[in-house]
Amino acid sequence: MSDRAREIWRYVAGLFLAAASTAGAFAAVRWPTLLGPRTFAFICGLGLLQAIAQFRFFLHVGIKRSARDDLLLLLFSSIIIALMAGGTLVLMANLRNRMM
Amino acid sequence: MSRSAHTGITLGGKGETHHANAEQDLFGFWVFLMSDAVIFALLFATYGAMLGGTAGGPTPRDLYELKPTLIETALLLISSFTWAMASVSLKYGDTRTRVLGWMGATLILGLVFLSMETHDFATMFAKGAYPARSGFLSAFFALVPLHGLHVLAGCVWIIVMGVQVIMMGLDDRTKTNMLRLGLFWHFLDIVWIAIFSTVYLQGLAP
Repeated sequence: MSDRAREIWRYVAGLFLAAASTAGAFAAVRWPTLLGPRTFAFICGLGLLQAIAQFRFFLHVGIKRSARDDLLLLLFSSIIIALMAGGTLVLMANLRNRMM
Repeated sequence: MSRSAHTGITLGGKGETHHANAEQDLFGFWVFLMSDAVIFALLFATYGAMLGGTAGGPTPRDLYELKPTLIETALLLISSFTWAMASVSLKYGDTRTRVLGWMGATLILGLVFLSMETHDFATMFAKGAYPARSGFLSAFFALVPLHGLHVLAGCVWIIVMGVQVIMMGLDDRTKTNMLRLGLFWHFLDIVWIAIFSTVYLQGLAP
Protein backbone atom coordinates (compact mmCIF):
# COMPACT_ATOMS: atom_id res chain seq x y z
CA MET A 1 0.00 0.00 0.00
CA SER A 2 1.33 3.44 -0.86
CA ASP A 3 2.04 6.01 1.84
CA ARG A 4 -0.86 8.04 0.63
CA ALA A 5 -3.35 5.19 0.83
CA ARG A 6 -2.07 4.24 4.27
CA GLU A 7 -2.54 7.80 5.49
CA ILE A 8 -6.06 8.02 4.12
CA TRP A 9 -6.93 4.72 5.81
CA ARG A 10 -5.70 6.12 9.12
CA TYR A 11 -8.11 9.02 8.74
CA VAL A 12 -10.93 6.68 7.75
CA ALA A 13 -10.21 4.58 10.86
CA GLY A 14 -10.34 7.74 12.99
CA LEU A 15 -13.60 8.79 11.37
CA PHE A 16 -15.09 5.34 11.95
CA LEU A 17 -14.06 5.24 15.63
CA ALA A 18 -15.43 8.75 16.20
CA ALA A 19 -18.71 7.97 14.42
CA ALA A 20 -19.15 4.71 16.33
CA SER A 21 -18.64 6.31 19.75
CA THR A 22 -20.93 9.22 18.82
CA ALA A 23 -23.63 6.78 17.72
CA GLY A 24 -23.25 4.79 20.95
CA ALA A 25 -23.59 7.87 23.14
CA PHE A 26 -26.65 9.20 21.30
CA ALA A 27 -28.27 5.75 21.25
CA ALA A 28 -27.88 5.48 25.04
CA VAL A 29 -29.82 8.75 25.43
CA ARG A 30 -32.37 7.96 22.73
CA TRP A 31 -33.29 4.66 24.44
CA PRO A 32 -32.87 5.59 28.11
CA THR A 33 -34.00 2.24 29.48
CA LEU A 34 -30.90 0.52 28.12
CA LEU A 35 -28.53 1.80 30.79
CA GLY A 36 -30.72 3.79 33.16
CA PRO A 37 -28.76 5.78 35.74
CA ARG A 38 -25.45 4.61 34.32
CA THR A 39 -26.11 6.44 31.01
CA PHE A 40 -24.05 9.55 31.85
CA ALA A 41 -21.00 7.51 32.91
CA PHE A 42 -21.30 5.61 29.61
CA ILE A 43 -21.48 8.88 27.63
CA CYS A 44 -18.41 10.27 29.41
CA GLY A 45 -16.49 7.06 28.73
CA LEU A 46 -17.31 7.17 25.02
CA GLY A 47 -16.52 10.91 24.87
CA LEU A 48 -13.09 10.28 26.34
CA LEU A 49 -12.52 7.40 23.93
CA GLN A 50 -13.51 9.58 20.99
CA ALA A 51 -11.27 12.47 22.12
CA ILE A 52 -8.31 10.09 22.39
CA ALA A 53 -9.11 8.59 18.97
CA GLN A 54 -9.22 12.07 17.40
CA PHE A 55 -5.95 13.12 19.02
CA ARG A 56 -4.39 9.88 17.80
CA PHE A 57 -5.74 9.69 14.26
CA PHE A 58 -6.45 13.31 13.27
CA LEU A 59 -3.83 15.20 15.26
CA HIS A 60 -1.14 12.49 15.09
CA VAL A 61 -0.29 12.68 18.78
CA GLY A 62 1.65 9.62 19.81
CA ILE A 63 4.77 8.34 21.49
CA LYS A 64 6.98 8.73 18.43
CA ARG A 65 10.05 10.88 19.13
CA SER A 66 8.83 13.75 16.98
CA ALA A 67 5.43 13.82 18.66
CA ARG A 68 6.63 13.46 22.23
CA ASP A 69 6.85 17.19 23.04
CA ASP A 70 3.23 17.60 22.04
CA LEU A 71 2.19 14.53 24.01
CA LEU A 72 3.89 15.91 27.14
CA LEU A 73 2.27 19.32 26.64
CA LEU A 74 -1.09 17.62 26.20
CA LEU A 75 -0.69 15.48 29.33
CA PHE A 76 0.47 18.49 31.37
CA SER A 77 -2.53 20.53 30.16
CA SER A 78 -4.80 17.62 31.03
CA ILE A 79 -3.48 17.61 34.61
CA ILE A 80 -3.98 21.39 34.91
CA ILE A 81 -7.50 21.08 33.48
CA ALA A 82 -8.40 18.12 35.72
CA LEU A 83 -7.16 20.00 38.80
CA MET A 84 -8.87 23.31 38.00
CA ALA A 85 -12.15 22.03 36.54
CA GLY A 86 -12.42 19.03 38.88
CA GLY A 87 -11.50 21.18 41.89
CA THR A 88 -14.13 23.79 40.96
CA LEU A 89 -16.82 21.12 40.62
CA VAL A 90 -15.97 19.38 43.93
CA LEU A 91 -15.81 22.71 45.76
CA MET A 92 -19.08 24.06 44.39
CA ALA A 93 -20.93 20.77 44.91
CA ASN A 94 -19.70 20.66 48.49
CA LEU A 95 -20.76 24.27 49.03
CA ARG A 96 -24.19 23.54 47.60
CA ASN A 97 -24.64 20.53 49.91
CA ARG A 98 -23.73 22.56 52.98
CA MET A 99 -25.92 25.53 52.02
CA MET A 100 -29.02 23.45 51.31
CA MET B 1 15.39 17.78 15.33
CA SER B 2 14.04 14.44 14.29
CA ARG B 3 13.53 13.75 10.64
CA SER B 4 10.08 12.25 10.71
CA ALA B 5 6.98 14.34 10.33
CA HIS B 6 5.93 16.34 13.31
CA THR B 7 2.70 15.92 15.20
CA GLY B 8 -0.14 17.21 13.09
CA ILE B 9 2.37 18.07 10.41
CA THR B 10 1.81 16.67 6.96
CA LEU B 11 4.87 17.88 5.15
CA GLY B 12 6.92 14.80 5.97
CA GLY B 13 9.26 13.02 3.62
CA LYS B 14 8.76 15.28 0.64
CA GLY B 15 12.11 16.99 0.74
CA GLU B 16 11.05 20.12 2.57
CA THR B 17 13.99 21.83 4.19
CA HIS B 18 12.23 23.88 6.80
CA HIS B 19 11.21 21.14 9.20
CA ALA B 20 12.96 22.58 12.21
CA ASN B 21 11.14 25.89 11.90
CA ALA B 22 7.79 24.27 11.18
CA GLU B 23 8.12 22.15 14.32
CA GLN B 24 8.78 25.16 16.50
CA ASP B 25 6.00 27.21 14.93
CA LEU B 26 3.53 24.38 15.37
CA PHE B 27 4.58 23.74 18.95
CA GLY B 28 3.80 27.39 19.71
CA PHE B 29 0.38 26.90 18.20
CA TRP B 30 -0.15 23.80 20.35
CA VAL B 31 0.60 25.93 23.42
CA PHE B 32 -2.06 28.42 22.28
CA LEU B 33 -4.57 25.59 21.74
CA MET B 34 -3.93 24.18 25.20
CA SER B 35 -4.43 27.60 26.82
CA ASP B 36 -7.68 27.83 24.87
CA ALA B 37 -8.57 24.37 26.20
CA VAL B 38 -8.08 25.65 29.76
CA ILE B 39 -10.56 28.47 29.09
CA PHE B 40 -13.10 25.97 27.78
CA ALA B 41 -12.47 23.59 30.70
CA LEU B 42 -13.20 26.31 33.23
CA LEU B 43 -16.39 27.29 31.40
CA PHE B 44 -17.38 23.60 31.54
CA ALA B 45 -16.73 23.64 35.28
CA THR B 46 -18.83 26.82 35.63
CA TYR B 47 -21.61 25.16 33.65
CA GLY B 48 -21.45 22.08 35.90
CA ALA B 49 -21.60 24.22 39.03
CA MET B 50 -24.50 26.28 37.65
CA LEU B 51 -26.50 23.34 36.33
CA GLY B 52 -28.86 23.30 39.29
CA GLY B 53 -29.44 27.08 39.18
CA THR B 54 -32.44 27.25 36.86
CA ALA B 55 -34.23 29.85 39.05
CA GLY B 56 -37.63 28.35 38.20
CA GLY B 57 -36.96 28.89 34.49
CA PRO B 58 -36.52 26.33 31.70
CA THR B 59 -34.40 23.29 32.51
CA PRO B 60 -31.97 21.48 30.18
CA ARG B 61 -34.62 18.83 29.49
CA ASP B 62 -37.05 21.52 28.25
CA LEU B 63 -34.53 23.08 25.91
CA TYR B 64 -32.18 20.52 24.41
CA GLU B 65 -33.09 18.40 21.41
CA LEU B 66 -31.38 15.22 20.39
CA LYS B 67 -31.77 15.34 16.62
CA PRO B 68 -30.23 18.76 15.82
CA THR B 69 -27.37 17.97 18.21
CA LEU B 70 -26.70 14.70 16.41
CA ILE B 71 -26.72 16.40 13.00
CA GLU B 72 -24.38 19.15 14.24
CA THR B 73 -22.03 16.53 15.66
CA ALA B 74 -22.00 14.68 12.33
CA LEU B 75 -21.33 17.94 10.42
CA LEU B 76 -18.30 18.80 12.55
CA LEU B 77 -16.94 15.27 12.45
CA ILE B 78 -17.21 15.06 8.66
CA SER B 79 -15.66 18.53 8.32
CA SER B 80 -12.69 17.29 10.37
CA PHE B 81 -12.36 14.43 7.90
CA THR B 82 -12.62 16.65 4.80
CA TRP B 83 -9.90 18.86 6.27
CA ALA B 84 -7.76 15.75 6.79
CA MET B 85 -8.27 14.99 3.09
CA ALA B 86 -7.22 18.56 2.24
CA SER B 87 -3.99 18.03 4.18
CA VAL B 88 -3.36 14.69 2.41
CA SER B 89 -3.84 16.47 -0.94
CA LEU B 90 -1.45 19.17 0.22
CA LYS B 91 1.18 16.70 1.36
CA TYR B 92 1.21 14.60 -1.79
CA GLY B 93 1.35 17.58 -4.13
CA ASP B 94 -2.11 17.39 -5.66
CA THR B 95 -3.33 20.23 -7.83
CA ARG B 96 -4.36 23.46 -6.18
CA THR B 97 -7.95 22.92 -7.27
CA ARG B 98 -8.10 19.62 -5.38
CA VAL B 99 -6.80 21.21 -2.16
CA LEU B 100 -9.18 24.14 -2.55
CA GLY B 101 -12.06 21.73 -3.16
CA TRP B 102 -11.53 19.92 0.16
CA MET B 103 -11.10 23.28 1.92
CA GLY B 104 -14.36 24.47 0.36
CA ALA B 105 -16.17 21.32 1.54
CA THR B 106 -14.88 21.92 5.07
CA LEU B 107 -15.97 25.55 4.93
CA ILE B 108 -19.49 24.63 3.80
CA LEU B 109 -19.88 22.03 6.57
CA GLY B 110 -18.67 24.61 9.11
CA LEU B 111 -21.16 27.20 7.85
CA VAL B 112 -24.06 24.72 7.91
CA PHE B 113 -23.08 23.83 11.48
CA LEU B 114 -23.13 27.52 12.42
CA SER B 115 -26.50 28.15 10.85
CA MET B 116 -28.00 25.13 12.65
CA GLU B 117 -26.53 26.27 15.95
CA THR B 118 -27.88 29.80 15.47
CA HIS B 119 -31.28 28.28 14.75
CA ASP B 120 -31.02 26.26 18.01
CA PHE B 121 -30.24 29.41 19.98
CA ALA B 122 -33.13 31.27 18.35
CA THR B 123 -35.49 28.42 19.33
CA MET B 124 -34.18 28.63 22.89
CA PHE B 125 -34.73 32.41 22.98
CA ALA B 126 -38.27 31.88 21.72
CA LYS B 127 -38.87 29.57 24.69
CA GLY B 128 -37.78 32.36 27.06
CA ALA B 129 -34.33 30.89 27.57
CA TYR B 130 -32.02 33.90 27.28
CA PRO B 131 -28.69 34.34 29.10
CA ALA B 132 -30.04 36.60 31.88
CA ARG B 133 -32.88 34.21 32.75
CA SER B 134 -30.91 32.00 35.17
CA GLY B 135 -27.43 30.98 36.27
CA PHE B 136 -27.74 27.80 34.24
CA LEU B 137 -28.53 29.76 31.05
CA SER B 138 -25.76 32.31 31.67
CA ALA B 139 -23.28 29.46 31.94
CA PHE B 140 -24.74 27.75 28.85
CA PHE B 141 -24.52 30.90 26.73
CA ALA B 142 -20.97 31.55 27.92
CA LEU B 143 -19.82 28.08 26.91
CA VAL B 144 -21.60 26.91 23.75
CA PRO B 145 -21.61 30.16 21.72
CA LEU B 146 -17.91 30.59 22.56
CA HIS B 147 -17.32 27.36 20.66
CA GLY B 148 -19.55 28.71 17.90
CA LEU B 149 -17.42 31.86 17.73
CA HIS B 150 -14.33 29.68 17.40
CA VAL B 151 -15.95 27.83 14.50
CA LEU B 152 -16.82 31.20 12.92
CA ALA B 153 -13.20 32.31 13.33
CA GLY B 154 -12.16 28.99 11.77
CA CYS B 155 -14.46 29.62 8.77
CA VAL B 156 -13.05 33.12 8.24
CA TRP B 157 -9.57 31.63 8.51
CA ILE B 158 -10.39 28.99 5.85
CA ILE B 159 -11.52 31.79 3.50
CA VAL B 160 -8.36 33.80 4.17
CA MET B 161 -6.29 30.63 3.69
CA GLY B 162 -8.06 29.95 0.40
CA VAL B 163 -7.22 33.44 -0.84
CA GLN B 164 -3.62 32.90 0.25
CA VAL B 165 -3.45 29.59 -1.65
CA ILE B 166 -4.85 31.25 -4.78
CA MET B 167 -2.62 34.33 -4.58
CA MET B 168 0.64 32.83 -3.33
CA GLY B 169 0.40 29.19 -4.34
CA LEU B 170 1.33 26.21 -2.21
CA ASP B 171 4.68 27.45 -0.93
CA ASP B 172 6.22 26.50 2.42
CA ARG B 173 4.70 29.40 4.31
CA THR B 174 1.20 28.64 3.05
CA LYS B 175 1.70 24.99 3.98
CA THR B 176 2.72 25.81 7.56
CA ASN B 177 -0.33 28.05 7.89
CA MET B 178 -2.52 25.26 6.56
CA LEU B 179 -1.10 22.96 9.23
CA ARG B 180 -1.94 25.46 11.98
CA LEU B 181 -5.45 25.86 10.67
CA GLY B 182 -5.77 22.06 10.62
CA LEU B 183 -4.74 21.80 14.27
CA PHE B 184 -7.27 24.51 15.13
CA TRP B 185 -10.10 22.83 13.23
CA HIS B 186 -9.49 19.35 14.70
CA PHE B 187 -9.21 20.91 18.16
CA LEU B 188 -12.64 22.52 17.76
CA ASP B 189 -14.12 19.12 16.97
CA ILE B 190 -12.61 17.75 20.20
CA VAL B 191 -14.12 20.62 22.20
CA TRP B 192 -17.46 19.81 20.57
CA ILE B 193 -17.18 16.18 21.82
CA ALA B 194 -17.03 17.59 25.36
CA ILE B 195 -19.98 19.91 24.63
CA PHE B 196 -22.35 17.29 23.21
CA SER B 197 -21.38 14.78 25.91
CA THR B 198 -21.47 16.91 29.03
CA VAL B 199 -23.97 19.60 28.01
CA TYR B 200 -26.54 18.21 25.57
CA LEU B 201 -26.50 14.46 26.29
CA GLN B 202 -26.05 14.96 30.03
CA GLY B 203 -29.08 17.27 30.04
CA LEU B 204 -31.19 14.68 28.24
CA ALA B 205 -29.88 11.54 29.98
CA PRO B 206 -32.14 9.82 32.51
